[in-house]
Amino acid sequence: MNIDWFFIIEKIALISGVLALSLGVAMYSTWGERKVAAIIQDRRGPNRAGFMGLLQPLADGGKLFFKEEIIPTLSHRFLFILGPSLAMLVACMTSAVIPWGDTLTIGGRQVSLQVADINIGILYIFGVVSLGVYGIMLGGWASNNKYSLLASIRAASQIISYELAMGLSLIALLMLTGSLSLKDIVEQQRHSYWNVVYQPLGFIIFLICAFAECNRTPFDLPEAENELNGGYHLEYSSMKLGFYLFAEYINMFISSALMASMYFGGYSFPFMDSLGLDANLITILGFVALFIKIICFLFLFMWVRWTIPRFRYDQLMRLGWNIMIPIAIVNMLLTGAWILYKQG
Amino acid sequence: MQALTDRVKPVDRRPLNFVEKLYIPAILKGMGITFKHIFQKKATVNYPEETRPFSPVFRGLHILNRDEEGRERCTACGLCAVACPAEAITMEAAERKPGEEKLYREEKYAASYEINMLRCIFCGFCGEACPKDAIYLTETFAPSNYDRKGFIYGKDDLLIPDPKKK
Repeated sequence: MNIDWFFIIEKIALISGVLALSLGVAMYSTWGERKVAAIIQDRRGPNRAGFMGLLQPLADGGKLFFKEEIIPTLSHRFLFILGPSLAMLVACMTSAVIPWGDTLTIGGRQVSLQVADINIGILYIFGVVSLGVYGIMLGGWASNNKYSLLASIRAASQIISYELAMGLSLIALLMLTGSLSLKDIVEQQRHSYWNVVYQPLGFIIFLICAFAECNRTPFDLPEAENELNGGYHLEYSSMKLGFYLFAEYINMFISSALMASMYFGGYSFPFMDSLGLDANLITILGFVALFIKIICFLFLFMWVRWTIPRFRYDQLMRLGWNIMIPIAIVNMLLTGAWILYKQG
Repeated sequence: MQALTDRVKPVDRRPLNFVEKLYIPAILKGMGITFKHIFQKKATVNYPEETRPFSPVFRGLHILNRDEEGRERCTACGLCAVACPAEAITMEAAERKPGEEKLYREEKYAASYEINMLRCIFCGFCGEACPKDAIYLTETFAPSNYDRKGFIYGKDDLLIPDPKKK
């Protein structure tokens, strides 16, 4: 059998690059979060460790590594450790199908800046993201603490409720694109308008659901500090806690990348094909464009967090089931009607 | 009912209309407010690098003064301790021996002089009471410490350095 070694090397390099990128972005999201919080509240934020506090994530990580590791006696030991590991693993897995850029041509080889261009990319993401809640549920349950348990119950019901509306809003998008592959979706937007123009309502629904899926304010009920003493990670310490917090930031990064890819043209940017530049340069510029879009979304996540107070639990459920899902269904029907009208 | 002041604002208790029920205008308004704060002046003072300016009459830590020849002015009369409303000052007097004229200005001096900075209220009455211009309040404040003993300042902490030895 003839194995294409270059292909394997290329993919390994790409996977390592994407992993390092998501971890690095997640690290600096913690810094960004504190900075954004600070400037919104007229404070300065971290500014002691390094220039503008840029070494702060390293200091935080170092601190978490050297903290005492506590596993409560009455917890379920295996599941207690599995919880944060699963959260982290699942958060890192999602990045595989996101197209980070177009193809680079290196020495006559076409290198795609996407780890796996599978034709069910969106389904894969949905499957993996749904698994993400298991990390929270297992951790909260295995801690043998009533607050953690309450938090994991909240997390489970919240994610189930909002995944429904998220899926429905995506179906409307998929009816337009006719493809589940993220690469195809981005390529379509490259040659016409961004999908947010066709699906503004769908985008807003998806955005709100993404906030809920990432357990971000105003939907951060599973980690409501003032109600639940910290939520599902109450019993966690040291790097196990770090993994939970980190997984949240990676999830944020991935949802930003997803939203940028599906609704805001991914790596495409206006006039990218009429500039007449070298294809490799265009690809790199496209990656930068995608990154700028992602950073804008990350800023939005943080901006919302420091503006909007948390929903009450019944309000959360009412918003999910009574408002988001009907609107998503109406959006789907309208999209369908519009497609029929265009065809007939 | 008659309002007690002219600043009464009636509370709007109408049920929310459709646009308000969407919450989106209110959310956008709130986000606008937080966004404006990005450009506002920071309230924080970068403490160790910059400090807030003190007023010219600020009263901080005490010093025990010396005269031009570097002799301690304090004669341990105890007026400062009497004047002190917080009873923060204690002292022990001693008689100046022959040959110590270069150290102490008067025939009697304070062998020990202690101010408990945890009791002190920095009113400055000790300085006002002092007939010898021996005690003054400066523009610094007591740094933090790990135990209470660290806040009892003795003569070593209070005396200003000898101007002649410099």
